[in-house]
Amino acid sequence: MVEQAIGEIKEIEFPSPGQILRQRTLSHKGFMIGAIVLILILALALLAPVISPHDPYHQELSKRMINPIWHSDGTWEHPLGTDNLGRDYLSRLMYGARISLLIGVSAMVISGIIGIFLGVIAGYFGGRVDMFVSFLITTRLSMPVVLVALAVVALIGGSLNVIIWVLGLLIWDRFAVVMRSSTQQLRSIDYVNAAKAIGCSTTRILITEVIPNILNSLIVIATLEIAHAILLEAALSFLGMGVQPPLPSWGLMICEGKEFMLFSPWIITIPGVVLSLLILSINLMGDGIRDITAPEGRS
Amino acid sequence: MSTLLEIQGLHVEIPLSAGILKAVRNVSFSVVRGKTHALVGESGCGKSLTALAVMNLLPQSAIRCCERLSFDGQDLASTNERHMADIRGNKIAMIFQEPMTSLNPCYTIGNQMQEALLRHRRVTRKEALDRAVFLLEKVGITAAGSRLKQYPHQLSGGLRQRVMIAMGLMCGPPLIIADEPTTALDVTIQAQILSLLKGLQQEFDMGMILITHDLGIVARVADRVSVMYCGQVVETGDVTQIFENPLHPYTQGLMDCIPIPGKTQRGEHLGSIPGIVPTPIGDMTGCTFRNRCPFVSKACAESNVTLQEISAGRAYQCLLSPEVCAQNLRGGVAV
Amino acid sequence: MSDAVLQISDLNKIYMVSAGLFKGKRSLKAVNGVNLVLEKGSVLGLVGESGCGKSTVAKLILRLEGLTSGRISFDGQEMSSIPRKEVARRIQPVFQDPYASLNPRKPISSIISLPLRVHRVGDPKSWPHKVEEIMDIVGLPPRFRHSYPNQLSGGQRQRVAVARALIMRPEIVICDEPTSALDVSVQSQILNLLMDLRKDLGLTYIVISHDLAVVEHLASRVAVMYLGRIVEEAATEDLFKRPRHPYTQALLTSVLTPEPRLGLPETHLGTTYPNPIDPPQGCTFHPRCPKATELCQTTAPDPIVEAGRLVECHYPEALSD
Repeated sequence: MVEQAIGEIKEIEFPSPGQILRQRTLSHKGFMIGAIVLILILALALLAPVISPHDPYHQELSKRMINPIWHSDGTWEHPLGTDNLGRDYLSRLMYGARISLLIGVSAMVISGIIGIFLGVIAGYFGGRVDMFVSFLITTRLSMPVVLVALAVVALIGGSLNVIIWVLGLLIWDRFAVVMRSSTQQLRSIDYVNAAKAIGCSTTRILITEVIPNILNSLIVIATLEIAHAILLEAALSFLGMGVQPPLPSWGLMICEGKEFMLFSPWIITIPGVVLSLLILSINLMGDGIRDITAPEGRS
Repeated sequence: MSTLLEIQGLHVEIPLSAGILKAVRNVSFSVVRGKTHALVGESGCGKSLTALAVMNLLPQSAIRCCERLSFDGQDLASTNERHMADIRGNKIAMIFQEPMTSLNPCYTIGNQMQEALLRHRRVTRKEALDRAVFLLEKVGITAAGSRLKQYPHQLSGGLRQRVMIAMGLMCGPPLIIADEPTTALDVTIQAQILSLLKGLQQEFDMGMILITHDLGIVARVADRVSVMYCGQVVETGDVTQIFENPLHPYTQGLMDCIPIPGKTQRGEHLGSIPGIVPTPIGDMTGCTFRNRCPFVSKACAESNVTLQEISAGRAYQCLLSPEVCAQNLRGGVAV
Repeated sequence: MSDAVLQISDLNKIYMVSAGLFKGKRSLKAVNGVNLVLEKGSVLGLVGESGCGKSTVAKLILRLEGLTSGRISFDGQEMSSIPRKEVARRIQPVFQDPYASLNPRKPISSIISLPLRVHRVGDPKSWPHKVEEIMDIVGLPPRFRHSYPNQLSGGQRQRVAVARALIMRPEIVICDEPTSALDVSVQSQILNLLMDLRKDLGLTYIVISHDLAVVEHLASRVAVMYLGRIVEEAATEDLFKRPRHPYTQALLTSVLTPEPRLGLPETHLGTTYPNPIDPPQGCTFHPRCPKATELCQTTAPDPIVEAGRLVECHYPEALSD
């Protein structure tokens, strides 16, 4: 190589994919806001047993319906007041965060495993496999999720586990559809062909060549499905067919609060607001991840 | 032989996170009616950006400035967007590389060709259609009437490019800019399309700017050539001068790299230019070719080399004298 | 010296493609009865334009796709009886697009060492050394070991692809348009590299390209394909000095050498374009052929083999004056 000291020109070093990702992440406002709010809620949820002022299940009927701190007769002992059974609202809220996040993440993981597996094999193998998986997806899409969940819960009875599994087995469709189309695009790309020509087994190709390159869309869908699962659980619990009392699910708290809506509006408003914040932060992060990993898609 | 387009001292800069990319630096050339001026260079040399700068179609963040940019007497540098839109398609037509993405898949060929004319002239749809038929036949498409009702995806690559050329001619523009017009086509179709372009140019007395990386195409089609490297024009001249007597070490190096059946020895090493093109960001003193040049000297890093004109229309940008350059070509200095 | 390392007989590959909405499937004969012999240590050039099937032949040899019918024998052995992994060790590809042939999520050392890991060759401790060795052979600075593909230029990426192909010291390398996506100055670097490696490592190449100048420079024998068939095959000098098939003649005339005084060539081909789904009757080239007669429209020509050359035409150019 001709590398004379006389002629040398300083070369521009291009950043590695990791460095690019870090730089883009830190400069994306939406993502950072969403991430901060989510981390706060996550911290509350994880530290709930340590920092919650009271036991969320402890009822004290003499202290029913105490107003929250911004009313004239609120006390710091119950900053967000108590509900109709005398349970501290702040503690219930914190424990409710645990339930929402637990359900959201578990359902996402279950549905993710199903959806990614189906989507990737449909996209990679095509032909009959694709036909079969597409049939499964179409069938699943024609089922109204909430009604099916209601029916199942009515049959078996509602509990945390039942809700997680029902949701997990129902909301995999978006994973499957997106993974399928992403995999199809990569199926005949040269580095996959090169790996085949080297003699890689199909499993190895799927795991080391295909999936790392569809991770971008995967992560976006995963965050959105967490939000989806949380909302579905809240809806089911609101209808009384989800998590059963006395578990402090936010949906259940909204349901329990609707009787007192006119006189003690905080009982229904507070869990509603926090639920919206959680969904908003997750959506902001998901949107941000999409922008960060594929900025060429933006105009 | 009137000068159609004159460009003097064109600069295009694009601000990036790593610094300001000086994509086009001090480019000057002119185009005459009936003649083809080729801009030849490798990827990243700025040739496409130069054409986009003329049409004012640069990306949003790009900054253009020039000493002189005049088309048919009109100063394009100070023309506002509305008037530029009137000129594009009407006075200056552009033919791109990928006919599939340049044609809208949702509309028929006839529809798109009519629109090209109706945008600029007050004619009826029927008159526009007649002109479309006339031009399709001119570009060698048979059964023009039925072709007009077809959609782009129903035609082959070669046919689509012919349609693009016909569309470009709808308003009878005096200047055509063809950006890699045959790169995406098969080699047997390429020769046909180039012959077609050349013939139409002669018939309608149009000026043409041909942008390509293929020296073979330049040799056979162009009348004048500007060789670009890293945003600058490093050599300019008539096509025979450039190919038979290249002066700049880059031009000489490029010619050496090309395998020619019958001339280069099979199995022997081809000439090569070691290294890669530097990115034009940051301090740009000295010659940008110096890290790859076989004749580099200390002076190349220090002084700002400029384009020197050695005779009418013949210029190059190197510290070495024309006599030394010519000697280098004849194998005076081993690489 | 002249023993056949690869023998292809009557190779066929048919794809079923949809002919349009509600029209069901039609067969596309991408490779139509191809016969080829590849001799050890030689370079076979496979030329043709889009849709001629040359890339499909490469895929069939590499076992990336299954053939519909025909035989490929490798060193005398039937290809289908050789396990896939062994074929992978002995035949390797270099693809056209240096931007798509490297996994963007893997560092260079991982990309190059993939064959070693898949085939578990030798002691894993020796692998980094082997990677360094091959990087040196192809001219890549060792500091690129930890870089990612997006940090390298097109020519450097193509060198990585070559390194990956050669790390297992295969016998045959199939180069599918190895330089078409590269700049001219980089192209000659890679071509020189390929020529040197062939001599140093004793490789056999199949070079697939639409660029006749590149093929003429590299190959010892050239086969011209049109719509799935080989219409002419000969030693390079013979083919370029005296092409016998009208398509070969048109191809050669279309090569635009940088000689300004020659102007543009007339290929005499007309504007019909070849449609692989609906090939013409008789000789598939007849709609574009300047010499076509009624015979050409009805009967497909048989291959004529003489003086070490093959041509498929009813009216081939004479062998000598």
